[in-house]
Amino acid sequence: MFLYNITLQRASAITHAIHGNFSGTKQQEIVIAHGKIIELLRPDPNTGKVHTLLTVEVFGVVRSLMAFRLTGGTKDYVVVGTDSGRIVILEYQPSKNAFDKIHQETFGKSGCRRIVPGQYLAVDPKGRAVMIGAVEKQKLVYILNRDAAARLTISSPLEAHKANTLVYHVVGVDVGFENPMFACLEMDYEEVDNDPTGEAVANTQQTLTFYELDLGLNHVVRKYSEPLEEHGNFLISVPGGSDGPSGVLICSENYITYKNFGDQPDIRCPIPRRRNDLDDPERGMVFVCSATHKTKSMFFFLAQTEQGDIFKVTLESDEDMVIEIRLKYFDTVAVATAMCVLKTGFLFVASEFGNHYLYQIAHLGDNEDEPEFSSAMPLEEGDTFFFQIRPLRNLVLVDELDSLSPIMTCQIADLANEDTPQLYMACGRGSRSSLRVLRHGLEVSEMAVSELPGNPNAVWTVRRHVEDEFDAYIVVSFVNATLVLSIGETVEEVTDSGFLGTTPTLSCSLLGDDALVQVYPDGIRHIRADKRVNEWKTPGKKAIMKCAVNQRQVVIALTGAELVYFEMDPSGQLNEYTERKEMSADVVCMSLASVPTGEQRSRFLAVGLADNTVRIISLDPADCLQPLSMQALPAQPEALCIVEMGGAEKQDDSGEKGSLGGLYLNIGLQNGVLLRTVLDTVTGDLSDTRTRYLGSRPVKLFRVLMQGQEAVLAMSSRSWLSYSYQARFHLTPLSYETLEFASCFASEQCPEGIVAISTNTLRILALEKLGAVFNQVSTQLQYTPRKFVIHPDSNNLIVIETDHNAYTDATKAQRKQQMAEEMVEAAGEEERELAAEMAAAFLNESFPEVSFGAPKAGLGQWASLVRILDPIQGSTLDSIQLEQNEAAFSVAVLRFANSGDDWFVLVGVVKDLILAPRSVAGGFIYTYRLSEDADKLALVHKTPVEDVPGAIAPFQGRVLISVGKLLRVYDLGKKKLLRKCENKHISNFIVGINTIGNRVIISDIQESFFWVRYKRHENQLIIFADDTVPRWITTASLLDYDTVAGADKFGNIAVVRLPANTNDEVDEDPTGNKALWDRGLLNGASQKAEIIANYHVGEACLSLQKATLIPGGSESLVYTTLSGAVGILVPFTSHEVRQPTTRKPNCLCWKLSFPFIQDHDFFQHLEMHMRAEHPPLCGRDHLSYRSYYFPVKNVIDGDLCEQFNSMEPGKQRSVAEELDRTPAEVSKKLEDIRTRYAF
Amino acid sequence: MSDRYNIHSQLEHLQSKYIGTGHADTTRFEWLVNQHRDSYASYMGHFDLLSLFAIAEGESRARVRFNLMEKMLQPCGPPPKKLDD
Repeated sequence: MFLYNITLQRASAITHAIHGNFSGTKQQEIVIAHGKIIELLRPDPNTGKVHTLLTVEVFGVVRSLMAFRLTGGTKDYVVVGTDSGRIVILEYQPSKNAFDKIHQETFGKSGCRRIVPGQYLAVDPKGRAVMIGAVEKQKLVYILNRDAAARLTISSPLEAHKANTLVYHVVGVDVGFENPMFACLEMDYEEVDNDPTGEAVANTQQTLTFYELDLGLNHVVRKYSEPLEEHGNFLISVPGGSDGPSGVLICSENYITYKNFGDQPDIRCPIPRRRNDLDDPERGMVFVCSATHKTKSMFFFLAQTEQGDIFKVTLESDEDMVIEIRLKYFDTVAVATAMCVLKTGFLFVASEFGNHYLYQIAHLGDNEDEPEFSSAMPLEEGDTFFFQIRPLRNLVLVDELDSLSPIMTCQIADLANEDTPQLYMACGRGSRSSLRVLRHGLEVSEMAVSELPGNPNAVWTVRRHVEDEFDAYIVVSFVNATLVLSIGETVEEVTDSGFLGTTPTLSCSLLGDDALVQVYPDGIRHIRADKRVNEWKTPGKKAIMKCAVNQRQVVIALTGAELVYFEMDPSGQLNEYTERKEMSADVVCMSLASVPTGEQRSRFLAVGLADNTVRIISLDPADCLQPLSMQALPAQPEALCIVEMGGAEKQDDSGEKGSLGGLYLNIGLQNGVLLRTVLDTVTGDLSDTRTRYLGSRPVKLFRVLMQGQEAVLAMSSRSWLSYSYQARFHLTPLSYETLEFASCFASEQCPEGIVAISTNTLRILALEKLGAVFNQVSTQLQYTPRKFVIHPDSNNLIVIETDHNAYTDATKAQRKQQMAEEMVEAAGEEERELAAEMAAAFLNESFPEVSFGAPKAGLGQWASLVRILDPIQGSTLDSIQLEQNEAAFSVAVLRFANSGDDWFVLVGVVKDLILAPRSVAGGFIYTYRLSEDADKLALVHKTPVEDVPGAIAPFQGRVLISVGKLLRVYDLGKKKLLRKCENKHISNFIVGINTIGNRVIISDIQESFFWVRYKRHENQLIIFADDTVPRWITTASLLDYDTVAGADKFGNIAVVRLPANTNDEVDEDPTGNKALWDRGLLNGASQKAEIIANYHVGEACLSLQKATLIPGGSESLVYTTLSGAVGILVPFTSHEVRQPTTRKPNCLCWKLSFPFIQDHDFFQHLEMHMRAEHPPLCGRDHLSYRSYYFPVKNVIDGDLCEQFNSMEPGKQRSVAEELDRTPAEVSKKLEDIRTRYAF
Repeated sequence: MSDRYNIHSQLEHLQSKYIGTGHADTTRFEWLVNQHRDSYASYMGHFDLLSLFAIAEGESRARVRFNLMEKMLQPCGPPPKKLDD
């Protein structure tokens, strides 16, 4: 078995975010890392929307990211610390829309190791040096400079190592133009390691150490080290030189401290706490991330606590001496991994889990009525300030980036009966959890819907002047009339537009700079700007059947397949070409490309004829109306559309759009198939046809604009958008009802939309989430969803949600009550009344936990619930809150053989679980009877078990339940579940049970799989085979009777199979006198599974399922990851026939001797060449990355292969040549394998 | 003779360069401590492992990272008393 990996949706969790002017223009951009992906975002300051410019998978772990700018430069570089043992500096090239690797310096081994730098990065704020540090010991400093040609240069590394020292954080101190200085939070463990009494631990202090890079001596010195009172978790660099007092802020548990080099006294301020907080009072508070905003005149910091509260931190200084830290509560947002304040007044918040947000900073937190906390206010040691949380006041949400992360589990099924299966994902954590239903398709936002007096046939929009930004008219054509609507504040009918209203319209357009043209069956109406009208009437009884129009040209087909061509001359006159051309068959459809900028005309006309052909006809004056090329079609064409695609994303420095894209002829057929063909811009030849089936109706095509580029809207029984996005062609269905006709639309309210008709309505639609594969519907949940099962009869979901460190609703209410009572008691006699009022107010106030977070209850506190959910309506039908400290870990819905047709829901619950070191007070299996309509749960009984019930699976009319490491069969009893059979030989802890026939496949938390056979007669569960390598299994899926696919915590997916001669009729050997050769090694089973495939995905996969994603497609193995990615592994099945070639006798000759070469072979070679020609961006070796924990086996990385499309054309050619193909053939094969299984 | 000496010095070089490189006298405790510190460093480096812990514990990623850092100081308790002391 050979597999091919395709990512359907990339990871959406953000691990790092930095901002800067990466394209070198004034506009600020954000570079984010999604773990193994680097992405460049550009927030549009006008609309507040965040656009993705570029996404690159780097095939390595991005551990740190820094923006860096040379002194006096205007362009930021990206410094990346990864697991490659190399420091990489990237430059964004706007002209190519790509990151260029300008430096890559190797310093150590690959991998996320303790002493290999890469974990921390710090840059000198003046852009002279960068420090890259490891968790322990090693720190390297690179000096950066520019050479005579103003290119960035990098020095050899300078060492700043210190043995036996742990590093918490590193930051570059702003010292102006003095020698660059770096501050490190360090801890020395040498004494602790040599002190058996254990006293040294208490005495060891964290130190703040300054390293100075002496530029004169080219040497790094450990300048100064100072012990700290409490342990800090990160540092913030304070602007220095002419901008501020310099120094660092140390964020530590409960305190923020300002420290500067020299003998300046420390300034310390406690981190304010929420008033009347339900959190565990013992807990400390730390800042989790910060953002700095600096202008010429002022600077401030925004620091976020782990509850999500942002504080604005300002420093008061007196002649360069900081005398006071001031903190002011700013707002509360989702807990972030990184925040960026942009110069345009936006705050980008990259959430830890869940969606990311872009806020506009409306106020700087300057209002006087809120308290400001200061280090100068006297406080007792250990005392702190309190503040009151409130809804957003300073921030205004402007955009939200969907993130599925973390996908806790996912199931694929067609519960909504839509032909195409949906993906049901349990996402999110804690109070920001949700169940999301994902469907393949582009989300459509409906801007307006208005009814029309009849059923229109067609709609267009026209601008009044070529330089107008927005459209002026919407022209709607009916069977016998044309309606013109003007676009303004409102959309109203107008009659003075010059359009003929008493006839249907075939097409209309802006002609030249400011004229309009209307083509109707009896003629062409040319309306000049001054409302002069020129009309061209059809000769005799002939009528115009079809037409094609662009900015300067009009082509019409008269009855009798006669083509007439008009072109606009420089004076704005529309002139008929002297000749007409008769076609051999009836003209069915025509298309003209838009006129390229700076040219007089589009040189090609595409004509679809009734004899199942498409012909390209030249419009060049030299050979006007001469046929250039022809393509035969499998069915009659319905519509044609020539568009220019694939180039406009690339902008050169002046912001001018380049035209690197090619022309594509899209052909919609009457049988519902869409063909896309490359139209050679010089010769007009047609080549490289791609085919997709869109739906049951004839395909109509419309040219629209998407993000400034041409795209095609194809309408069959479903509407599809064909567009180019980030160097890849996408053909995505719209998640919207059937449309009949469309045109692009631009107005002030909707700068880039579509106007479409559907029966008798006119709709204005916008497609904003280009590039997203799925469109999602989300339902709020209360706690982290752990698992869910689908009840097969009603299609309802039964979800278990469990959170550690959380209170149940009951406990929360109780604690609140208690706190209110304490409040009253604590007050003196006189204030009693006031206190009672306050307590009452406190009891009444409620802040939504979605935005303010749930209170953290402390270790060993659990909250959990069981919920029945209708996934289509998104409504909760029933939910059962478990008691405080009961945590649900497993769920199953099943029928028992001994209780008829009743459905039961079994929930495995553990009581008082302590995570580390693991201890439990016992567990229960709650047995609920599901009501008739599957909307209510009724508790039947509760069965105590001794350990965590980690997995439940129905099994032959009974149930298999794991209890810690024990595997048991239970049956339903009157008072509780009855234990029937047990196996206690599994190694550690059972996380999953899969059954097939009499076989039970057990996934262990550390020791991979065990194959267990149930013997009915002996009533025994016997292990008959196991795996040879340890895998920390998270989820498993059976592929067939002998084969199982499993994913582990470290991001690997493996497929293992029992050999054909496996005997599962083994007997247990209680006497222990088994023959020596029968006994497995090291107490393992005697039979071992074989490894079929191994692959490192790079993100922890929490769900695996064999599923068909598109109707009529083949099955694939779908995985979802914790970071929010969705991918598939597809098997190679097809055998491609290829002629043996003699072109390259020396290369691959043994393979070429076979006439049949499999697809697999092609992709294997493509992967090999890609590894050599296009190595990963951040310096990690691709092969070793995919072999991170286990050597990669039998899996080809489609993500790398698909980077073929983003390579330079020259390289593409050379790789394709090696494979004996053209680049177009290679990219066609890449597209084919994707569309065969998914999208 | 010189060969043996060479190997010895090479080993010593490795031990000084790469913390945790074992030698004939590595104790069980030292080995364990190194294993733990290596693991914690790896958890911090691999983003998904950190997220996994954060979800399991119901803490923020930054807090989990801080806790791991704190645990690195003495992951396995105080060292055993040396016998020859």
